[in-house]
Order: sequence, then structure tokens, then C-alpha cells
Amino acid sequence: MNKYTTIFISIIFLLTASSTVFAGELVIKGSTTVLPIAQKAAEAYMAEHPDVKISLSGGGSGNGIKAIIDGTASIGNASRFIKQKEVNLANTKGVYPVPFRVALDAIVPVVNKGNAVTDLTLMQLKDIYLGKIKDWKDVGGTPGKIVVISRDSSSGTFGVWKDLVMKKERVIPGALTVPSNGGIVQAVANTPGAIGYVGLGYLSDGIKAVKVGGIAGSEENTLNGSFPIARGLFMFTKGWPKGDTMGFLSFILSKKGQNLVKKAGSIPLF
Amino acid sequence: MKRQQIDKGVQSGFLLVALFSITALSLIIIFLFMEGLPILEHISIKEFILGKYWYPTDDPADFGILALIAGSVCVTLLSGLMSIPLGVMTAVYLAEIASPRVAEIVKPIVELMASMPSVVIGFFGMVVVAPFIQKLFDIPVGLNMFNASLMLAFMSIPTICSLSEDAIFSVPRALKEASFALGATHFETILKVIIPASLSGICTAVILGLSRALGETMVVLMAAGGAAMIPTSIFDPVRPLPASIAAEMGEAPFRSEHYHALFAIGIVLFVFTFIFNLIADYISYKFRQAGEASL
Repeated sequence: MNKYTTIFISIIFLLTASSTVFAGELVIKGSTTVLPIAQKAAEAYMAEHPDVKISLSGGGSGNGIKAIIDGTASIGNASRFIKQKEVNLANTKGVYPVPFRVALDAIVPVVNKGNAVTDLTLMQLKDIYLGKIKDWKDVGGTPGKIVVISRDSSSGTFGVWKDLVMKKERVIPGALTVPSNGGIVQAVANTPGAIGYVGLGYLSDGIKAVKVGGIAGSEENTLNGSFPIARGLFMFTKGWPKGDTMGFLSFILSKKGQNLVKKAGSIPLF
Repeated sequence: MKRQQIDKGVQSGFLLVALFSITALSLIIIFLFMEGLPILEHISIKEFILGKYWYPTDDPADFGILALIAGSVCVTLLSGLMSIPLGVMTAVYLAEIASPRVAEIVKPIVELMASMPSVVIGFFGMVVVAPFIQKLFDIPVGLNMFNASLMLAFMSIPTICSLSEDAIFSVPRALKEASFALGATHFETILKVIIPASLSGICTAVILGLSRALGETMVVLMAAGGAAMIPTSIFDPVRPLPASIAAEMGEAPFRSEHYHALFAIGIVLFVFTFIFNLIADYISYKFRQAGEASL
């Protein structure tokens, strides 16, 4: 075989290799809430299986599920369950999405440390975020204007807050928006009248977690189902997973994988 | 090789370099419009520009950016109110009043302010200034229009100052001497001769400073509070245009309505800064101080 043919064949090989997902390569796309978990798990899995290459990207839950249906990813991450609209789309394309719940997540309302309020009902939280309750004295606190702090509308945390607390109604336009969980912690710690919400992993000294309907947001209360603002985090596959996809999912669902879930700031399943 | 040929070669080399940046710029503009205009399939321009509600991820979504435009305009104007007097007066001081030794120390410091990374200024606004002004004015929240304007003023002062200073410095010496010869004091000379003579340069400086404030992203993302509402007081939180793009682009699904809407915001921002630059260009051309006779 002469030199040029070798080069030609290797180029063809490289081109095909980069355009198809074949054994030994996993593409994971979707929710940025699940991303830290996927990242930790992928690093550990690749260390154990050096022949497997995992590429990760965000893009949001909707994108993750879409990627499964289109076949551009082997695993689609979502911080919510699949919608009926998406199931219908998958059916028309002959795809059967399979959900795997890989972790749990709780979102905890937080206030400034100096705030006397310790407990709010879901209804009160909703009215605060709708702008109906404007003063802390209406919910049993010391009089003062409530500063409503929310997340950007594209964030997964915001999505869950909107589903479980707002029941699809709109947060007032006057709410401050902060681009990250850390930003909420910072803003609430600095603002005496503020209320915000963060993922369980972000609770820290400068802020005070508020109970919801008498129930504290904790790992235990999320696992026994009593804390109302909790959700499952999912990974979807196209049809029943095989090969490395199956291997990766079993890894996440193992004790070792669930420890990594905890390290990533979410709540492990067991 | 002949010397003429070398000359030609150098010429075309430089032409190529110049063309490169022009091509890059036009490609960016083409891309911006290609990705932004499809939003008009979903809503009209009027709904987009004058719509009061920005709820891009709702179903059905609202893509009204009036509140965002209001936020940008208010923040820019308020920062201008602070930065223009400070910047121009500093420039006058440096060019006319300060002794060369003082100017030698102050000028590099002012220019150093320009090289401060915007994320540092934003962080400063968020962590230091926000709690401070919240206590000082006894307002509910420190992340607001006033805070962001203050930080933006801080960023545009160096631009305004150093460009104005150049303009003031280049006023012909003869004009100043003539003014003194007529018995005018130093103050009268500055007010009635030097500033009018360098007005076009000062205006250009001001407009470039304001356009810097308008396009600045990090500071407004961190310090403005990010509430998509039309502000009613200077202590209301606002959400200027660049902050929306920066905060939401990462999560907007590729080629979705939300994605196109964010690019359309980019177009609006581009149009704003383009107009600013046109005005600056027009003023510097129209009111150019040619020689010493045209004052």
C-alpha cells in the first residue's frame, strides 16, 4: 500500500469517526442542574474505563430530551420529567425514551439572617412571589418591605419553583433576578428584607433557611417525600440502554455513583 | 526586486490587514441579523420593542423588551449625569490648571481606572457598594439602578477624561494667549475660549463614554438587580439589555424563539451604539476647530 493511500484511508476513518457515535464514546446533553452530577460521574467512570470517552454539554432539559429523540446524544439529562408533547414527538419518530431517576433535589426558600420569619406556607410563598404580599408584617415578621429575589427564567431551579410554588403563574416583573445560586446567597445575605430560593447544597451561614408549611428542607425530608419543593433529576435514553450507556447509568445508580451525586450538591437516592 | 514593487507589496499587505477586520465585522453583523430577525416570525416589531413583559420561557412566552430598553437608557443617562461633569472637569484640570508634576501623577492613575476589568468593578458594586448604599439611603435593596450607574460612571470617566483632555490640550496656544492679552482671567479663558474651542472633541468623548456604559455587560449583570420592570425611582432594580443576553444565552435552546429574541436584543443594542457613534462622528466633523480663525 503506498503512502498516499494510507493517509487517504486514515482521513476517511477520522471523518467517519467524528461524525457517528460508536461504541466507546458517550455523548451526554441537557439540563445544567444535572450537569455537575454527570460531570463528576463521567470523570470517575472514565478513570475506571480508559477506553470510554464521554463528552458532556448543557443546553437545558428540553434540549437533552430533544437530543435523545434526534439521536445526537446517548443520554439526555433533564431536571424534570418528560412532557406529553415530547412523548408524542418521540412516538412519531419511532423512539421510545426511557427515564432513569438518578438523584433528588430540594429547593429551599431562604431569608436574611436578621429576619424573624422561620416558617411560610406554599400559599404565602406564592403570594410573595406574585407581589400580593409586600410586607413582612403580613406573614408574621417585623414590618419592612419584602425584597423578592428570583433566578433567571431559563434556570432549572426557577423552572421547578415555577411549577411547584407558583403553579405556572408569573413571578412579578419587579423581582430581582440573579444569575446563579451563589448570587442568591450573596444578595440575601446582604439585604435585610430579602427572600430567595436555592438548591439544598447552597445553604450557608450567611442566610437562613425557611421551613415550608412547618417542614424543614433537608435531605431526610426530601427522601421521605414530606418537603414539598423537591424534584427528581433524570437521565433519558433512547430505548433500553446498551453497552457503555448501560454501564454508565449503572455506575451512577451504584453506591459509588450516588456518593458522587452527594458531592455534586444533590440528594442521593439511597 | 524594484523599490516600487516593494512599495506595492507593502500597500497590498496593509490593505489585506484592513480588509480582514472589516470582513470580520461585517460577518458578525450578518450573523447577528440572521439569528435575530427570525423572531419576527413569532411577534411584530411593535410587540417586541413596546411589549412590557419579558417572560421568555413561559408557555405562551412574552418577548416585550420595553422594560429592558428603559433599564438600559436610564442606567446610561444616570451614569452620564455623574461621569460627564467629573470626566470633563478632571480633563480641564489636568490640561489647564494642574502643575505638570501633579498632572504627571494624576493622569496615569485616571488611565489606570480604564484598565480595571469590568468584572472586578461589578463585584465591587455587588459586595461593597450595595450594602453601603442600602444602609446610607435606607432602601430595601442595594442592587439597583443607582448602584449600577455609579459603577458605570466609574468606568466611563477615564474614557471621557482622556479623550477630552486630548481635545483641550490641542486648542491652539495662540487662542489662549489672545484671550489673556484682552485682559481675561484664567477662569474666563477656560470657560469662554478653551471649552468652546474644544467642544467637538469633548462631545465625542462624552458620546463614546456613554456608549461604553450602554454596552457594558458585567457591571449591570452584577449590580443592577436584574428586575425586568420600568423603573419609577433611581433606587429601583433594573435589567439592562446586555444583562439579559448574558444571563439567558447560555440556557436558551439553540435556534428557539428565546434564542432568536436574545439575538434581536443584540440588534437593538447594536443599533443604539451605532447611532451613538454616528452622532460622535457627525459632531467631530461638523464642529471641527479648523485653525485659529473659526471660533
